[in-house]
Amino acid sequence: MNYEAVIGLEVHLHLKTKTKAFCGCSTEFGQGANSQVCPVCLGFPGSLPVLNKLALDFAIKAGLGLNCTIQSHTKFDRKNYFYPDLPKNYQISQYDMPLAINGYLDIDIEGKTKRIGITRAHLEEDAGKLIHKDSESWVDFNRTGIPLLEIVTEPDISSPQEAYEYLSCLKNILEYLEISDCDMEKGSLRCDANISLRPKGAKELGVKTELKNMNSFKGVKDALGFEIERQARALENGEKIIQETRLWNIKSMETVPMRTKEEAQDYRYFPEPDLPLFLISAEKINEINTSIPELPRQKLERFVHDYGLSEYDAKIIVSSKAFALTAEKLIKKWPNKIKKPLVNWLCGPLLSEANSRNLSPEEIIIPGGDDELIDLIIAQEEGKISHLIAKTVFTESIATTTLASEIIKKKNLFQISDTDSLNAMIEEVLKDNIKSVADYRAGKTNAVMALVGQMMKKTGGKANPKLVQELLKRRLENA
Amino acid sequence: MELNKLTAHELIGQLESNKIKPDDILSSLKQRIQSINSKVKGYVRVSDLLSPQLEARSSKLPLKGIPVSIKDNICTEGYNTECCSKILTGFKPPYDATVIKKLKAAGATILPIKTNMDEFAFGSSTENSCFGPTHNPWNLDCVPGGSSGGSAAVVAADEAIVALGSDTGGSIRQPASFCGVVGLKPTYGRVSRYGLIAFASSLDQIGPLTKDVEDNAIMLNVISGYDPLDSTSVNIPVPDYTKTLGKNIKGLKIAIPKEYFISGIDSEVKTCIEEAINQMKQLGAITKEVSLPHTKYAVPVYYIIATAEASSNLARFDAVQYGLRVKAENLIDMYKKTRDQGFGDESKRRIILGTFALSHGYYDAYYSRALKVRTLIKSDFDSVFKEFDCIVAPTAPTTAFKIGEKTNDPLQMYLSDIFTISANLAGIPAISVPCGFTKKELPVGLQIFAKPFGEEIILQVAHTYEQATLWHKKKAKL
Repeated sequence: MNYEAVIGLEVHLHLKTKTKAFCGCSTEFGQGANSQVCPVCLGFPGSLPVLNKLALDFAIKAGLGLNCTIQSHTKFDRKNYFYPDLPKNYQISQYDMPLAINGYLDIDIEGKTKRIGITRAHLEEDAGKLIHKDSESWVDFNRTGIPLLEIVTEPDISSPQEAYEYLSCLKNILEYLEISDCDMEKGSLRCDANISLRPKGAKELGVKTELKNMNSFKGVKDALGFEIERQARALENGEKIIQETRLWNIKSMETVPMRTKEEAQDYRYFPEPDLPLFLISAEKINEINTSIPELPRQKLERFVHDYGLSEYDAKIIVSSKAFALTAEKLIKKWPNKIKKPLVNWLCGPLLSEANSRNLSPEEIIIPGGDDELIDLIIAQEEGKISHLIAKTVFTESIATTTLASEIIKKKNLFQISDTDSLNAMIEEVLKDNIKSVADYRAGKTNAVMALVGQMMKKTGGKANPKLVQELLKRRLENA
Repeated sequence: MELNKLTAHELIGQLESNKIKPDDILSSLKQRIQSINSKVKGYVRVSDLLSPQLEARSSKLPLKGIPVSIKDNICTEGYNTECCSKILTGFKPPYDATVIKKLKAAGATILPIKTNMDEFAFGSSTENSCFGPTHNPWNLDCVPGGSSGGSAAVVAADEAIVALGSDTGGSIRQPASFCGVVGLKPTYGRVSRYGLIAFASSLDQIGPLTKDVEDNAIMLNVISGYDPLDSTSVNIPVPDYTKTLGKNIKGLKIAIPKEYFISGIDSEVKTCIEEAINQMKQLGAITKEVSLPHTKYAVPVYYIIATAEASSNLARFDAVQYGLRVKAENLIDMYKKTRDQGFGDESKRRIILGTFALSHGYYDAYYSRALKVRTLIKSDFDSVFKEFDCIVAPTAPTTAFKIGEKTNDPLQMYLSDIFTISANLAGIPAISVPCGFTKKELPVGLQIFAKPFGEEIILQVAHTYEQATLWHKKKAKL
């Protein structure tokens, strides 16, 4: 039978406030164990939580960025369960009055736009970290109390790829909002997935399982892929799917059962009596709304519309807010109507330069700045230097903090487009490469490229490759 | 002179005129504690009194170094704070409760030994303490009330000048009534709860237990006020509560709720209260009977809300970071053994009750409904306070009962708080002032309620009544 998957995602992300959600402790990552704690986040008897207003603002911002309705009243609740990483043995969370509800996020899938509904987004506190060593267990409470935003989707996702796209878009938006690092490795973004199968076209939902322990977007995709196959196989064999929580095992690339619904905990939610009801005024929402920057999707559309960029290029550029800003600055300075040569450079040499240095593109310092880069690209466009030379010069310029134009002048790297001198050199190359010449004449027309390569080598990359190819062909055809 | 017998305001007067030094008060108290605590047992861990660091603070600040006794559930930096529970054995908080900070800032000396209480404030007799019961100074066979029985008893026995207690359902007022002292539960939000080890967070308030109303006003002046560390504290200016003392009560409208004069009430208690009401009329107050129709639901509503919150508040005692840890094979075993051996019976009873009330499928029937009825109880008071300045009623239906009398009957014990619980549910302030004695020489307390932040009226009425009767001058013979 043909099945369709019904998937919902629950994302937990750290809001990057300087201090924790309910106390003044630092949230900095990677500090010494239990160095960022106080009586409040340690849940010491008598201590009381005080809400970090910035965490609330960030959560509202996220809600607005995800097209949610921000509720005028919001309250906190206690989620009760015993675990040693939870010092109070309850988590301050939000139950029946979440901060944000009824949002959505649009993703592109197979060339079409799909809207993924967002049920709710709420604020809560993170737990600590358990460290197991030999036969002992230790708790690091540095993470305890870091503000978390939980974002829950509707079961609108139909494939592992859609889940991957959703997570990428979500991460992209949150980075634009500058409220979270969304780093799964550092645990600042975590994702659980609910998944069930049903016969294609059926209305009724199948029995779902909850997947946990994925530590990358790819892990989410892989775990869902595995689970779809597992459930489909079970259904084919007439087995019943058990409602349970399953853990993704990255080594064996499979999901394994953790606990069934019968073992599920009763969290005994009730309103947190230590915190008041919070009123969120329309003015407050308005104020935060106006602080929301242009989000990636709008930016992409504008880039395509205003600058004639291809969707493909625009998508690469808007994948990072800072890169998009840098790119747009350059696009605006670019003197020609056709932006393609510049965009090719942004998504090509600039991006690969950044990648090779493990930097973001906007972090690359170009000697002479934007104008120098634009001049370099124009020089290449006008044929004054070859593309290869342009790239090499670009790299060297950054490495040696020398102006690209200076390097070109000093090393005399101008492209050789002078037909006479090129022809003279061609004669020499032909003499030295009799085999390639013979190949060409025997019908292996590709052999010309080897000869072009020899010419480039001979000229230190300065020869105009297009012209060389033309001249070579003409020479070989004629004699 | 036996300085321990004096009130704070009397001592402040003597300190101001340099007749005595703060250390004189402290040594007088130490002497009294050493001679009498073995009978009263109002303090726990008494050997800590010999702590070499302890010296009275000589101070120009308002409290001039006056010693203050603290209930065992209020955090004192470096001094054991164990809620009289085995599970918190050895717990020395790394910080002071806000009230302690305020007291220190006002020049008080904090006694290192704490006052006895029902474990985690669960009880009305101070019998549920891991250190054993406190005895009522008026009759050592009787309980001092609870849960702040230790604080009430040490004030009554002149082992303290003033004390702090906490009141979740009557835990300041009922022992004040049983021990013949003045005990005030302030408006919810008037005094910071930061550093008060929570029983039921939406009901708990810290308040003073004192020998007279003036001392109570002095203490309230110091401990009141908004605290950024307690989100439930209210940012309303603190008046000088001593300013209201001495104002007469002519024309003041006092409501007498008929639901507080039910059949179960002790006849001698009833007589004392009626006489007190007559006295107030003579002092010029206008009294009238009113109805608080939802009073009968107060006890069940309270035991749902209070135990539900308690079950969650007490979850943190898990042997991981502090307090008792019983050796065990694994994590669950550690939780189970520690909590089994660390908590007393009443704590276990309330944790189970509260856990049940919050459980899936029962929440709507119990907790959610209790919250709704709580609103009704509050609106009963609201409507009375539209017309009246205060409400007067008995603090407790009986005087102090015998030790052991109710320990096997939790329901009877719970009914001991029947008149005090409503004030916590409504969040309003209420005081208990001495209003006479039974034939057996046991004190009776009169309770005065006012609207939220109406502490001034309460103190005014209590003070005028006290000065007209002088019940507070009577001392227990020990």
